[in-house]
Amino acid sequence: MKVIGKPRRRVDGWAKVTGRTRFADDIVLPRMLHMKLLRSPLPHAEIEAIDVSRAEKLAGVQLVLTGKDFPVTFGIMPVSQDEYPLASDRVRFVGDPVAAVIARDEQTCTEALDLIEVKYRPLKTIATPEEALATTEPRIHEYGPHGNIHRLQAHEFGDVEEALGSSDYVFEDVFFYEGNTHLAIEQQAAVAALEDAGGLVLYSSTQNPHYLHRELARVLQMPASRIRVVATPNGGGFGGRCDPANHEMVVAKAALALGRPVKICLSREEVFYVHRGRHPVLMKFRTGVTKDGRLTGIHLQTLLDGGAYGSHGAASTFYTGVLTPTTYELPRFKFEACRTFTNKPPCGPKRGHGTPQPRFGQEVQLDKIAEKLGLDPAEMRLRIAVKPNSLTANWLRIGSAGLAECIRQVVERSGWKEKFRKLPEGRGVGLACSAYMCGAGLPIYWNKMPHSGVQLLADRSGQVTALCGATEIGQGSDDVLAAMVAEVLGIGAEDVRVLTGDTGLTPVDLGSYSSRVTVMMGNAAIQAAEALKARIAEAASEQFQVAPNRLEFANGRVFLAADASKGMAFREAIELAEAKFGTLGSVGSYRPPDPPGRYKGAGAGPSPAYSYTACVVEVEVDRATGWIAVPKIWIAHDIGRVINPVLARGQVVGSVYMGLAEALMEEQVFRRLPPKLSNALVHKFPSLLEYKSPTSLDMPEVETVFVEDPDPNCPFGAKEVGQGPLLPVPPALANAIYDAVGVRIDELPITPDKVLRALEKKAKGEEPRVGPEHFPAVPYPEPVVVPPPWEGGDGNAVKGAGPKVKVPA
Amino acid sequence: MSQGVMVRRNVHIDLRVNGETQEASFAPYKTLLEVLREDLGLTGTKHGCELGECGACAVLVDGEPQLSCLVLAVECEGRSIETVEGMAKGAELHPLQAAFADLGAAQCGYCTPGILMTAKALLEREPSPTRDRIREAISGNLCRCTGYQQIYEAVEEAARRMKESA
Ligand code: FES
Ligand code: FES
Repeated sequence: MKVIGKPRRRVDGWAKVTGRTRFADDIVLPRMLHMKLLRSPLPHAEIEAIDVSRAEKLAGVQLVLTGKDFPVTFGIMPVSQDEYPLASDRVRFVGDPVAAVIARDEQTCTEALDLIEVKYRPLKTIATPEEALATTEPRIHEYGPHGNIHRLQAHEFGDVEEALGSSDYVFEDVFFYEGNTHLAIEQQAAVAALEDAGGLVLYSSTQNPHYLHRELARVLQMPASRIRVVATPNGGGFGGRCDPANHEMVVAKAALALGRPVKICLSREEVFYVHRGRHPVLMKFRTGVTKDGRLTGIHLQTLLDGGAYGSHGAASTFYTGVLTPTTYELPRFKFEACRTFTNKPPCGPKRGHGTPQPRFGQEVQLDKIAEKLGLDPAEMRLRIAVKPNSLTANWLRIGSAGLAECIRQVVERSGWKEKFRKLPEGRGVGLACSAYMCGAGLPIYWNKMPHSGVQLLADRSGQVTALCGATEIGQGSDDVLAAMVAEVLGIGAEDVRVLTGDTGLTPVDLGSYSSRVTVMMGNAAIQAAEALKARIAEAASEQFQVAPNRLEFANGRVFLAADASKGMAFREAIELAEAKFGTLGSVGSYRPPDPPGRYKGAGAGPSPAYSYTACVVEVEVDRATGWIAVPKIWIAHDIGRVINPVLARGQVVGSVYMGLAEALMEEQVFRRLPPKLSNALVHKFPSLLEYKSPTSLDMPEVETVFVEDPDPNCPFGAKEVGQGPLLPVPPALANAIYDAVGVRIDELPITPDKVLRALEKKAKGEEPRVGPEHFPAVPYPEPVVVPPPWEGGDGNAVKGAGPKVKVPA
Repeated sequence: MSQGVMVRRNVHIDLRVNGETQEASFAPYKTLLEVLREDLGLTGTKHGCELGECGACAVLVDGEPQLSCLVLAVECEGRSIETVEGMAKGAELHPLQAAFADLGAAQCGYCTPGILMTAKALLEREPSPTRDRIREAISGNLCRCTGYQQIYEAVEEAARRMKESA
């Protein structure tokens, strides 16, 4: 291969280092106006009245919008379309938008916001999942099973109680993973304008232009064919721009109403309120094992703090469990989950979407199991690592699976055998593993159309243009697209012009989420490129009077495979093809294989392939201060095939950074204002300074290894790399702390005060552990019962089946 | 924001940006960041907070990295301002830019202009900085994508290339 696997400057690299990449806030249009949102200062209240008359009269103000201008709700998931662009009768968290001012400049907008009077009637605030479970009235939403429960679900794959009953040991542990936010450095911005003939164009820093397009059509009650969404390159995504957002709806409406371009750029504080970040999750694992460390069954219960709206929550709830059986052989599995509504910014998808939380619990518990059984945790995992080409208890189809090799790599490189339980007091190493999906098997709304489409254009200039709806969020999707097309056509990646993320010009791609782009767009790109290549080959082969399959495409030439001296430039071959066939173009599309599971709920978890990761973290813990230093991290990732090693390594190191950040310091947390100041539940620190994230000084050295075991479902065998490598980092850190000082911190983030508390307990002879003490009673429903593949059955439920429901991802 | 009298009258000054003197007229409360982006059309300089917390807006003022969101533009009269737009010579990238592009130091690219300017000031003072010096120099620039490792590598590579061509 000439392009795939070679280190290259990414195709959009030049624009990024010259400051020419046009992010949404860099867009300036003639006669453009500015917009700002008024947001609720109360966490839960009824809106009794809004008076905008003084704001409307302020010089420079063009328009004021309120909830009454937006009768239609929206939401990313069809099952929870519970958001209004502007709240009309109820606010549900501090930051919920209630009005918008459009004026000549931001300064005037800010002044006008102060002139809007809103009369609120405060309602009881629900601050935690426990409060949500205990509060039947008021309900934050009128839907959901009851009270303030948003989602409830239960699945059982084989009789888990029986499995636990016949195990040598049963381990029961409760873990907590605190919520945190994406913190992309770019503040979201959007510019809306009218195009010719009154159609609407919205430029926005969105990861999912296609879903936004659909929701805009719904909210604006306009045909989607008259709306164009252009995803500007995102200044970081991490899941934070997957939901259609209030400001996008409102700015679009304003541009339509005024006939002039309107821009909004959120302040950093507002970005914290838009959130959609990591759900805080409390979880309980009951795991049965044999003496030699084989798993017999897991009963997992999770409780999610969803915040004030549905967002991706229906999917997030599934993801706190469904990927649990993908790493190790697990004969039986029971999974119960509950998502609650609280009066806080809505949680949603963040890198790893719902899965880092249970991975943390599972991998820390495995460490405890290995300790108790006297086994080396690496050896134990090697023995139980999931096998390639297998089915899991919950009917997920595993293809290639390089976990064992990943474990061997990090064990070898980190010097694990010389370090584990052998380093001096205060120093330690910990190991953990993970698996992640390469794209969700089902789209967010049920349909049979492709998940990704690629269109290619080529003409006599020799130029090849690749169009795809995929969105460049920094992960390098434009580069992947160019590389795939270039490899097939035998040209350079830089010879492919890419145009992406524009619903007015590019074929639909579902968006940059669930690590789906490389696999889905890549497969579509290869199909399109092969079709174009076939035409070019047919025309060129006439010149040499050979069969088209005797030609090779490489180095910008088309030539006889048998005699490289007989050939022509790629451009000349295109000329021949254009002469023979007329205007040249081709398309490719991709839809993932149907999942084997057929039970209600089987739609969450299936993927064309799964990536695997193993990680070793080394720590130094200061016993006096509890301070945790991380000198080095080793990580091996089963990527299937590396497309561009420069970018692939960047994704791994960036994932490690973010996993470490969540493990050590990041938390999106809230506090109550003192009673004389309304008692409201507010964000503890909605600023970059106070929300602690690692700087360059906090980041350790990371040694990255790729395991390449090409997966047949993937383009050139390439699996995902953008999310999976985050997942093993937090549990590996927790396990390393145990190795260093003998304390278990069963909740994230692991801050020095928790380490000190655990050390104190240890000194007093108490259980050396800090973490949640118990798991509350949750009214989980009767489970949907599905026999695992090895216990008969065909992937259907045998009990609690209900109608088959497509659960999106 | 007080609802009292807002100073709405513009100031009118000359700013020297990337070696070019430009006349600019803007409200006196505007930051250098806002004037660069909104009045001079130099949108290469980014912002992630406008409160001095992220480093995305770093530019050089008289050769020193400054957070342009914390500097009033009126204070910059007669001083030399450098932004990312001034780094390349025509189509030829500055060695730092080339190394950043080649070695993966820019993922989303949003923090990149601020880090490039900070690194440029560093290399002008210290042509061969150690890795620890690079870490310190960019510790005020948050990057959410890269984990910083490829940024260090790119700065080191640029330093090498600059010495070779010097
Ligand atoms: S914009 Fe964040 S420091 Fe200036
Ligand atoms: S490259 Fe995205 S923030 Fe640094």
